[in-house]
Amino acid sequence: MERHETHNPDQTVALGRQFAQRLSVGDCVALEGQLGAGKTQFVRGVALGLGLDDGRMVCSPTFVLVREYAARVPVYHLDVYRLSDAETELADLGFDEMLADGVVLLEWAERVRPLLPKGAWRVNIEITGQIDRVFSISRSQ
Amino acid sequence: MSKPPTIIFALESSCDDTSAALVADGLEVLSNVVAGQDCLHGRFSGVVPELASRAHIEAIGPVIAEALAGGGVGQDRIAAVAVTCRPGLIGSLLVGLMAAKTLAYVWGKPLIGVNHVHAHAYSPSLGGEPIGYPVVALVASGGHAALYHCQSPTEVTALGQTIDDAPGEAFDKVANILHLGYPGGPAVERMAREGTAGAVPLPVTLLKDGSLDFSFSGLKTAVLYHVNGVPGARLSPDAAGRKGPGYGKGAENLTRQELADIAASFQAVVAEILAVKCRRAVEYSGARSIVLGGGVARNSVVRARVEEMANRLGCPLRMPAMAYCTDNAAMIAGLAYHQYLAGDLADLDLEASPTIRV
Repeated sequence: MERHETHNPDQTVALGRQFAQRLSVGDCVALEGQLGAGKTQFVRGVALGLGLDDGRMVCSPTFVLVREYAARVPVYHLDVYRLSDAETELADLGFDEMLADGVVLLEWAERVRPLLPKGAWRVNIEITGQIDRVFSISRSQ
Repeated sequence: MSKPPTIIFALESSCDDTSAALVADGLEVLSNVVAGQDCLHGRFSGVVPELASRAHIEAIGPVIAEALAGGGVGQDRIAAVAVTCRPGLIGSLLVGLMAAKTLAYVWGKPLIGVNHVHAHAYSPSLGGEPIGYPVVALVASGGHAALYHCQSPTEVTALGQTIDDAPGEAFDKVANILHLGYPGGPAVERMAREGTAGAVPLPVTLLKDGSLDFSFSGLKTAVLYHVNGVPGARLSPDAAGRKGPGYGKGAENLTRQELADIAASFQAVVAEILAVKCRRAVEYSGARSIVLGGGVARNSVVRARVEEMANRLGCPLRMPAMAYCTDNAAMIAGLAYHQYLAGDLADLDLEASPTIRV
């Protein structure tokens, strides 16, 4: 388990950029953290790190469930908060196809933990101050 | 003898409402039937996609039948079948799309694929005078915040969009933080009537100078911090005095007055952000008229604040009738009429897309 601290949203984006260097097609990243933790900011950094040219493209997937960003590899940004039958619905959204050709990041991933592939990254974000966050990053075996 | 009207039949199912409508010449609404699902989604504080597509499947047949019967015109009078094909929940969009393709095929009519957000920007023309173009259009809803420069109904240039949450989504999330129920827009507005805007200091996020993009995520987080206290900060006895009513008490301990003050302060900030972005878009584009559409345009404080800004700028403001603020098929039929005139027809292999590709 690695631990990283960030002290403003820009540092969170920078951490995401840096983390992206370890990702390649087929990787799945489970993001955990409460409302306002900075999940979308972190995804912005990852997408930029994977070559997306405009970070403003990254926004909340809450309404559409899936956003796709055209970085060097497709980056899929999912919000699974509202799935009621997660197993069926993840499949319906094309989860396996996304893993086959891109990098997949899931917000509120704690709700679908048993469904994640082996080797999935887990990024837990803890709010420790107004703009201070602690990131715990680990990888399942 | 005057030319018979061109009548478009349209379906809309991009989120949680199932709707069908008949509209003549893009202006006159002959019928507009909407079946909503608010009660289905209340306990999840948001739309549940699987429930939504199942509900669409159940609703779409009766909604189509009612809209056709209510419009009082036979299928022989219908010029084309239009349908929302993007953006939205993919499972929900597909229900409307399949139904529209089936009708177009069986009736032998052309099919028209419509962008849902562009249709919101067109909605003020329904049942009234046509919009005088060019305009700056602001669409603010549960899923979208978009600023457009429209030369005509179909010539639409995107100026800005949200970089995180949509404004309606912020209302839903704040209603959730304050335990006010779902949908969040009406719940926050009701509570805000008893409160004082500005009682709670909240950030008016406008992004860098001149930006036409929106950000509502920081505002949502600021409300969360106000209610639960800033994490890591020790609450001093005078914290409530300095931070505004109810600071750090937790949602369950807030008095009704404190809840109302928070709701009113949040709502006023959303209205301010939307109004300022309208001003920036007018200055940037040179358009001298403003259109405000989408579900958030139902909010009376948002309407009043944008209206005040439009008056100050000397720009006429057009807002849809209340019934055409939230999702409806009449606006789809209205915009589709102009696509029909422009020859922008789709094939039966038209696909649904969850996002707007930029």
